[in-house]
Parts: sequence; structure tokens; C-alpha cells
Amino acid sequence: MTRTETARTDTAGTHTARTDTARPTRPIDDVHPGPSRRTRWIIVGILGLLFLVPIAAMVEFTLRKGLGGGYDVSRWIAVFTGGLSAAENKPIFTGLGNSLLLAVVTVVVMLVLLVPTMVLVRIRFPQLQRVLEFVCLLPITIPAIVLVVGLAPVYSVVARMFGSGVWTLAFAYGVIVLPYAYRSIQTNLVAVDVVTLSEAARSLGAGWLTILFRVVVPNIRRGLLAASFISVAVVLGEYTIAALLNRVNLQTALVVVSKADPFIAIIFALLALVFAFVLLIAIGRIGGAPRTSKPSRKKATA
Amino acid sequence: MTDTITSPVAPVAPRGRDDLPRGAATQRLRTLASGSVLGLVPFTAYIVLFLGLPTVIALVTGFFDGDGAFTLSYLAALGNPVVLTTFGNSLWLSALTAVIGALVGAVFCYALIGAKPTGALRSVVDAASGVLAQFGGVMLAFAFVATIGIQGMITVFLKNTFGIDIFADGVWLYDTPGLILPYIYFQVPLMIITFSPALESLKPQWAEATAMLGGGTLSYWRHVGVPVLLPSFFGCLLLLFANAFSSFATAAALTSQGSQIVPLQIRGALTSETVLGQQNLAGSLALGMIVVMIVVMSLYSLLMRRAARWQR
Repeated sequence: MTRTETARTDTAGTHTARTDTARPTRPIDDVHPGPSRRTRWIIVGILGLLFLVPIAAMVEFTLRKGLGGGYDVSRWIAVFTGGLSAAENKPIFTGLGNSLLLAVVTVVVMLVLLVPTMVLVRIRFPQLQRVLEFVCLLPITIPAIVLVVGLAPVYSVVARMFGSGVWTLAFAYGVIVLPYAYRSIQTNLVAVDVVTLSEAARSLGAGWLTILFRVVVPNIRRGLLAASFISVAVVLGEYTIAALLNRVNLQTALVVVSKADPFIAIIFALLALVFAFVLLIAIGRIGGAPRTSKPSRKKATA
Repeated sequence: MTDTITSPVAPVAPRGRDDLPRGAATQRLRTLASGSVLGLVPFTAYIVLFLGLPTVIALVTGFFDGDGAFTLSYLAALGNPVVLTTFGNSLWLSALTAVIGALVGAVFCYALIGAKPTGALRSVVDAASGVLAQFGGVMLAFAFVATIGIQGMITVFLKNTFGIDIFADGVWLYDTPGLILPYIYFQVPLMIITFSPALESLKPQWAEATAMLGGGTLSYWRHVGVPVLLPSFFGCLLLLFANAFSSFATAAALTSQGSQIVPLQIRGALTSETVLGQQNLAGSLALGMIVVMIVVMSLYSLLMRRAARWQR
């Protein structure tokens, strides 16, 4: 489309084009794997709008003024000024409180158990790398609904040891955040070459604790932050395990409240979606992008 | 158990090793290694207790009755016409939404080719895809009730403007067909997340090589792009299938009664207080699900290995 007169072999980087072959060649930028600007924005625009419809419908729904028709923002005001009745207020704020507590405990469980293990495997037991990866990605294959069948008996034991506090769910959540957390941290571990760093530290006489906390952790803090954020997002959206183990978290509370007052439930659902969106934007900004597990390759080809 | 929580790091540190003479480097390495094996214990114990044990229990309960005696009767329940219908529902729902999600998602990924990786478009698309694909669950059910519920925005709009009643033949939103749209709504973003790395691995040199051999954009896609991407595409398609097949929250929030798909049937079996031994039926249903998941995910990893050939 944007045909230029000369073959831009010089701008194509290090690869020199051989133009002395028999076949007639085309200008190098004549082949467009990507869409034109206009095509891109048409596709993005149409699909983007379609995907905004349900979100817009949620907003529209919360603004409805009751059976008479018309719109107002009274429900949003009620939510933000604490004007909710106790019946609506209590379950949602209990659920929200529980979910926030679970998010914190899950992040702690993840950081304390997963991170030292990943560092250790990376530095000391590279032969276990595949096993660790397999285990960490396993929860994708085992649906939460299957896990919960086996978690029920496990939790009757857990309840006897730790009580039936809602925070104990964090042990199960630590498992379901594994694939996400693993990818974020592994991306970072590979990128900063912790092996060399730890060897350098060890040759200077550092012990394992020093290596872990003063050398490795500061270098992978982006990955740790990304892993923590994504864990928080997963925990705030979790429904299956909490619902079937009869615990209250944000999602189960939303389902309960939606039966009595769908408007308030949808307002909180919107807020939760926006919060998760902001968390994920933050992850993108931090740069520990969880979307790919092969950043080193990307770097090499860039 | 307490060990897993309170002292995960401590065993990793071999104290008093720093005062060894320099010549003993190999010996020191060996002792370090033996000490650091302990460092793997907390995580291993945690995984065994909260991933291994529940999975094994879930798979094994299907083989025992309420009194703990071995039986194949619950496994035989998998052949029950009702259960078979449910599995059928789950399979066609997952297949349909995976195919639609994969195609639409692939088109969207195509549109993103050449967009700046750190640009605003990419960040917004990435974050939005993540939210919708992975954390929506219950919230997506609400969204679709607000959109195409009986009083939903689109339902009311179509009725008032065009006189079209989408529920003329009965309300299908709370039945299996009602799950199709919400499922597509989280399948497309998952496709975007999983498929766009494959598109990023298309090297600009290949386009240059095509041009040099006299090919155009069409022949580039026909002979280079599509063949290279096909394994990734089918891999992602399988991942989407697995995702829909194991998804529970959206369906649970949308359909409060009935067990149209397998996860809902497991819920029914788990929460049933009237029928004895339903826990074990849940076990055999879980076994059925796992078998499907293992088949799908093995094919997935095979295809991804094939796809990785071009991503170096």
C-alpha cells in the first residue's frame, strides 16, 4: 500500500538483501504482515465497542430510577456515603473485608513458599526446573471445582488445626494463584541472571539468607510485585472454592446480595472490575508482564 | 504443618560455612547442596497437602461408597443418561465458545500486529483482557443479566425500538444457551492473552524474505504466517476449550437451579443434603472432568512444543 521506490535494504538492519538473483524482487516493505492503521482501528473499534456493551449495560442498570423510568445517581451516592441499609451493607463489607484479608495472606503464602523455592531451583537445582514448572502450571489443568471436591475433607482437618477462620482459605488460594505468580516471577528471574549474581555474592562470602534477601529479592522486585498484584486480582475474583466450602468472600457476598438488591451488587461488581483493571494496568507498567513466559527470547529478537 | 508456615527460609541457610579454607571449594559446594535440599521441603509439603492430596482425594472418592467400601457404582454413574447429557452439554458449550472465541480473538490479535508493545492501546487491551478472562466470574454473570436479562438494556432496547422479543420462546438466559454469550465474553480475551505472543514471534525478516522471493502480503500469509501460526492457534483453541470446560463461577451465578453443565452437577452433588453418598458421585464426576482436562491439556502441550519451533 505504501509502496516506496527503492528497496530499503539498508534500513532492514544487519541482513543484507541479495538483489543479484534472477528472480525480480519487490521492495522489502511491500509485504505487510500487519494491518494498515485504518484496518486496525476498525477491528479494535468494533470489537472494543461490542465488549463495552455489557459493561455499559451494568452502568445503565445501576442508574435506573425504579419502575417509573428515568435515571439518577442516588444508588452510587448511597454506596459512597454509607447510606446503605444494614441488610445490604453487612454481607458485602464482610465479604470485602474477608477477601482483602485473604488477598494479603495469599500473597504472604505465595512469597514465603514459592519465591525461595524458585530461587533455589534456579540457582542450585536447575535439573528440577521442569518439575517445578509442571507443578506450578498444574492448577490450570485441575479445575477449581474438582479441587474443591478434595479440599472439603482437607479443610475439615485444617479447621481442627487452625480453626475455621476465613483466612485458612488462603492455603487453597495459594495453589490457584501459582500459575500466574510463577510466570511473573520466572520472567524476572530469567531476565536478571540470578545465577551469576548469586555466584558473585557467594564468592564474596555471602550466605544463603544474604543472597536471597540482599541480592536476589532486590533484583526481582518487579516480578514479585507483579506476582503479588496478580494474586490479589485472582483472590478478589475467586468464587468457586469459597462458595463450595461455605466461606464468605466478596464474590459469594455479591451473589447473595444480588438476589435481594441487584443494583448494589452490580455497583460493587463494577468497582471490583475497575479495581482489577487498575491492578493489571499497574502490572503492565511495572514491566513484569505476566502475558509471556519467554521475555529473554523477545529481548534477543528485538 | 507449622513448619511450612513459620520457617520456610531458615533451612536454606547453612550457617558457619564462610570460614572454610579456599581449597575446600568443591567440598563446600557439596555441603551447601545437601543443606539446600531442605529448602525445597516447605514448598513440596505445601504442594502435597493443598494440591496433591485434594486432587487424589477428589479422584479416589468416586471409587468408594459412603461407608468407605470400594465400589464401581459411582463410576458407573458416569454412564447414566442424565450425566451423559450434562457432559454433552459441557463439551458442546466449551467447543462452540472455544471456536468462536479463538476466531474472534485471532482477528483481534491480527489487528494488534505492529501496535507499540508499550503503547496505550496494548496496555489497555492487555489489562482489560486479563480482567475479563481471569477475574470476571460472577461479575460477568451480572453483566449479562444487566444486558440481556429480562429487564436488560439490550432486551428492553430491542423490544421498544424494533418490537423484537428475544425471549419470545421462553427465557433462555438462565439455561445452557444463556451461557454462550458470557462464555464468549471471557474466551475472546483469553485468546488475546495467549495467542498474541505467537504473533509477536513472527519475524520481520520472514516478510522481507517473502518480498525478496517476489511474494506479496497474501502469499506471505499463505506460505509463512498461517503455517507457522497454525499449531499455536490450535493450542490456544484447546486452552480455551479447557477454560470453558472447567469454568464454574459464571454459570453458578447465572443459573441458580438445575445442573446443565458438569461443574454445576458437581455443585449439586456436593451440596445435596438429601441423598446419601452424593459426595462420592461428585468424586466420579470430578474424575470424568479430569480425564477430559488431561486429554485436552496433553494435546495442548504437544501443539505448543510444535509451535515453539518457530519462536526461537
